[in-house]
Amino acid sequence: MQDTSTIGDKYEEDYELLSADLPDWTSDFRNEAMLAFKQIGLPIHRKGNEKWKYTNARPIAEPQYSLAKFEEIGLDTIKNVAPWNDSWVNVVFVNGLCQGIFTSDTASNIQVFNIASDELPPNIAKLVGGIVDYSDDGFAAWNSAFMSDGSVINVPDGDNSGTVINMIFFNQGLARTVNHPRVLVNSGKKSNINVIENYVGGGDNHTLTNSVSEIYVGESATVNHYRLMSETDHTYDVGYGRVKIDTDGKFNSRAFFRGCGIGRYDLNVLVDGENASCDLQGLYFTSGNQHMDNFINIDHSKPHCQSNLFYKGILDGNSRAVFGGTVLVRKEAQKTDSIQSDKNLILSPKAEVDSKPALFIYADDVKCAHGATAGNIDADTVFYMRSRGVDLETASRLIIYGFAGEVIDKVEIEELRSYLEKAFLTSLPNHRFEF
Amino acid sequence: MSKIDKLIEVKDLRVSVEDTEILKGINLNIGEGEVHAIMGPNGSGKSTLANVIAGRPGYTVTGGDIVYKGESLLEVDPEIRARAGIFLAFQYPVELPGVRTWQFLKSAIDAVRKENGKDELSVREFDQLLEEKRKLVEMDPDLVKRSVNEGFSGGEKKRNEILQLALLDPSLALLDETDSGLDIDALRIVSHGVNIFKGPEKSVLIVTHYQRILDYITPDYVHVLVDGRIVRSGDSKLALELEEKGYEWVRGSIGEEVNS
Ligand SMILES: Nc1ncnc2c1ncn2[C@@H]1O[C@H](COP(=O)(O)OP(=O)(O)OP(=O)(O)O)[C@@H](O)[C@H]1O
Ligand SMILES: [Mg+2]
Repeated sequence: MQDTSTIGDKYEEDYELLSADLPDWTSDFRNEAMLAFKQIGLPIHRKGNEKWKYTNARPIAEPQYSLAKFEEIGLDTIKNVAPWNDSWVNVVFVNGLCQGIFTSDTASNIQVFNIASDELPPNIAKLVGGIVDYSDDGFAAWNSAFMSDGSVINVPDGDNSGTVINMIFFNQGLARTVNHPRVLVNSGKKSNINVIENYVGGGDNHTLTNSVSEIYVGESATVNHYRLMSETDHTYDVGYGRVKIDTDGKFNSRAFFRGCGIGRYDLNVLVDGENASCDLQGLYFTSGNQHMDNFINIDHSKPHCQSNLFYKGILDGNSRAVFGGTVLVRKEAQKTDSIQSDKNLILSPKAEVDSKPALFIYADDVKCAHGATAGNIDADTVFYMRSRGVDLETASRLIIYGFAGEVIDKVEIEELRSYLEKAFLTSLPNHRFEF
Repeated sequence: MSKIDKLIEVKDLRVSVEDTEILKGINLNIGEGEVHAIMGPNGSGKSTLANVIAGRPGYTVTGGDIVYKGESLLEVDPEIRARAGIFLAFQYPVELPGVRTWQFLKSAIDAVRKENGKDELSVREFDQLLEEKRKLVEMDPDLVKRSVNEGFSGGEKKRNEILQLALLDPSLALLDETDSGLDIDALRIVSHGVNIFKGPEKSVLIVTHYQRILDYITPDYVHVLVDGRIVRSGDSKLALELEEKGYEWVRGSIGEEVNS
């Protein structure tokens, strides 16, 4: 049995064409990745494949995609579908390729580079690919081989401006195209930054967004990372987040998935310095035939660290969600304090979730807990509300708001929070719990 | 306006849960301005009666009727009953994680007002009203900022029920063991809330196990429910007598039903 698809000639041709325009420093990196991609291929079987056990990647892997082409679009279109503030550093991508950086903030010391450019300082260029292990992961290898555009955010030591870097990856939905966004965030010592990665758009044609983001959280730095995904039933979205946290660093991740055909977010956090911590929260909403897979790994290798993993899902229609959360506490990671939970609200009898939180603990002095729940709203809850005069629809909405609000309310960036309230609350289909 | 002497009529009401008959022919009339108390042993059907009047799903009415303001309630949805002025203070109030007290109560009051041809309250009007009622039940201001009942102590939940009673100002209040689990001060505050609510056009049905709440809220009638039947009715002295003699005393008298 063949476990992966073979890579057609088309991808090799595209690879050659792409290479002509890219700076020399990327060649070795990309060649190596291309070799790996050809060897590994893409996953098409679930059996025996722990990483893709609950998600069928075959529909994503099988089509032959063309590389998406850039087309300039009006900023108004972007502002209609994504949170925006002129004072943020807004980086707009269309079909994976950069249209430009738009900001009224001229004082910021934060550097934003194009990832595959000659301007990239060598000390930063060498971080590219540093925390992505694509040796058994065809999608990540594919992205690396085709890395031609994306952003590098370099935050100087001590930069506490709390600047918001707003990266918008707008997908026009060109038929059978793939785009490979690539992001690198390097936050200096004692810096503090907000990074938004927003994947939006799509259309009636099949497209694939295959992104990789690497985030280095410096010593005593705080990175607040927001990942948004809101596409159409015809889009596939495979995203990798690779994070390494240095001593006393903090990584706060908020992931909001509003649905696409098949979505997969593979987040891997190395808690790699003493007293480092990560707080990973997420909210996903799926409907129709959508599928969302959150595959999250936290790796504790140093003592006195904390991690919090808190995801919530709302499932409607025939949709499926997967939550695979694994916390690894290595032998050296004494005094680790780790909690993980995944709670799901199932709105339809045909929706299903596979929630598999797991803990692997090799240190003996730790505090760890995990749990998962999936359920409908109980009849008592709804009756309590109705007995106060609140009708079934309003009661259902208040319950869904309440459930989602637990994650949304904590978003401190106002434009982002109100965008999310709209995306997750006011625009949700009216739902009526039946009893 | 003349006093309606039958605000609600429970007529030979029979109720089952999953083929087990729980209420076996209840007759009860409550007139405007009256306070009735229902006492009885655990499992006798007191909550069932209150719940069925409020329209809780899960019960099957197999016989009889409940007539409220002249119309049968049996086919009426619970939210419509609430808007028509029926309020149930739950024996076990439900926690609503994530649902903001403010939002919930505003939705409730606006729904009731709308049904009665009134405009929704403005945010300011509602804030004022909520603050007034919160003070009435001496509830911690932080609690109304939290999710409904989430993490509330037993006593705080009961107070929250009375806060909602005060806000919604119904015609008929069904208080299911609102006094259980209250400390002495809370009992006084809750009783005060009920007494403020009471009036010539307001009726109250108190389900309780103890005389002590009846020291604050004097009932016009006391009924004893045993095994799905009202086995005895009387005035407020009946509660005192029960306290003294226990339920064995009325169990012995099953059959000598005396209705108010
Ligand atoms: N939903 C239900 N499913 C199964 N049995 C039920 C249900 N509701 C009530 N019962 C049963 O009906 C009987 C009466 O219950 P009810 O709650 O009305 O008693 P109660 O008089 O209020 O008791 P308590 O004083 O303990 O509150 C009990 O035997 C109870 O177990
Ligand atoms: Mg009861």
